[in-house]
Amino acid sequence: MIKLRLKKEMHTPIGKEWLDLDLNISKGEFITLYGESGAGKTTFLRILAGLTQPQEGSIEVDGEIWFDSRKKINLSIQQRKTGFVFQENSLFPHMTVRENLEYACGDKKYHSSIEEWMGAMGLKGLEGQKPDKISGGQKQRAALIRALISRPKILLLDEPLSDLDMNARFNLQDEIIKVYQKTKITTIMVSHDLSEVFKLSKKVFVIDRGKITKSGSPQEVFVNNDLSGKFKFTGEIIEIHKDGVINILTLSIGNHVAKVVASDEEIFGLTVGSKVIVAAKAFNPIILKA
Amino acid sequence: MQPLILTFQLALIVTAILFVLGVPLAYWIAFSRNRFKYVVETLVSMPLVLPPTVIGFYLLIAFSPQYFLGHFLESFLGVRVVFSFTGLVIGSVLFSLPFMVNPIKAGLQNFPLALMEASYVLGKSPWETLRRVILPNIKPALLTGIVMAFAHTIGEFGVVLMIGGNIPGETRLASIAIYNEVEALNYDTAGLYALILVAISFSILLVFYYLNRKPLKIF
Repeated sequence: MIKLRLKKEMHTPIGKEWLDLDLNISKGEFITLYGESGAGKTTFLRILAGLTQPQEGSIEVDGEIWFDSRKKINLSIQQRKTGFVFQENSLFPHMTVRENLEYACGDKKYHSSIEEWMGAMGLKGLEGQKPDKISGGQKQRAALIRALISRPKILLLDEPLSDLDMNARFNLQDEIIKVYQKTKITTIMVSHDLSEVFKLSKKVFVIDRGKITKSGSPQEVFVNNDLSGKFKFTGEIIEIHKDGVINILTLSIGNHVAKVVASDEEIFGLTVGSKVIVAAKAFNPIILKA
Repeated sequence: MQPLILTFQLALIVTAILFVLGVPLAYWIAFSRNRFKYVVETLVSMPLVLPPTVIGFYLLIAFSPQYFLGHFLESFLGVRVVFSFTGLVIGSVLFSLPFMVNPIKAGLQNFPLALMEASYVLGKSPWETLRRVILPNIKPALLTGIVMAFAHTIGEFGVVLMIGGNIPGETRLASIAIYNEVEALNYDTAGLYALILVAISFSILLVFYYLNRKPLKIF
């Protein structure tokens, strides 16, 4: 159980903002933090890991106080020992993949699990490679193992998939789900990709300018409830094309591209890059054997 | 040959001392938030702008047995700094300090913060992070510091003449020997010393630049 209440001044491109959070996360939950860049998502992860200090507040993890501004308690980054996967590649470039993992183990007792992890994450055979010789997806897999191998209490994922191409991204999403199901580790993942939020988490916190504006299941938070859609997907607008009285939207949904017809009212306020929900009402699709 | 051997002995000892001093000092300057670090940074770089004779003069005064520090060292520890090899080492360490510290400082400041943080969240102390993550990744900067400090010590004249004088086998370095031979009109000997110094310095710098041509590839 993570109990957290904190205030931290942030310097954003639009000026000073206060990150002001008060939330509880149950042990073993998979949480996503969704919000625009500059909303405070990364700052929140960094504060949990001890990399950034809040002005005031308290953080309690499984009954242990990590930070308390009033009691002047502040566990060091090393004492908190969170599993942290950074957005950019953070493997140590002078070490091989295996050496990176051994470095993370600290205690030799974890060495035996390196093989198992490498196999499970599809990295077998890459042990002796330096990070600059493997792909972006492989780097982030290795970084994920590195974060998990000494069994941290919480796993913090700071948009670890954002630099990857679509395919690598989907694969790694599946791996993250697998890892989570295997370890049941409390996981907090920052994402600004709606489909990722839906796919990975049961609970999402939406952060906007430092405050949590909504929380709940992705369905509750993002899907308009009076829509009795049988099909709902989230996607992103790639192109808006006006054709006579109608508009044709090209959408990226998952790793598919679809064209959808929309009226002027429907596309009001939408631009290329907008996240949308595509739902079908009152129709029954044909099911064919694949 | 004696002045040449003495010169290289001095350069080796000075470089070793500077490496041990330089890494922590550069680390502190690069990462400390202490206000006074700018004062320290300035002091470290002073030998770059001051004439060597100024530093030599102050050292000579400071370590002179007539004054407190020199008197204390000589009467209580039996160490005489002025006109001795020890004096040359102290003078050279101070004089070559920026050549060791500045490249390492630059290497540390350019080191990606994310890698340091990645090491900290894995539970590693700043010391272990420095030793196992940072230093192996800034080898070109370390090499630059070592080569520059070494080469600069070989090339010293003013400071060592002021504090060390010209005692054969004790403080007569190659640079001083050349001056000495020219004064005595022994141009052949002076020319030989000069040629050897040119050849050795050229070789050291050539190897250094060759190794550093692709800073990250060679390691």
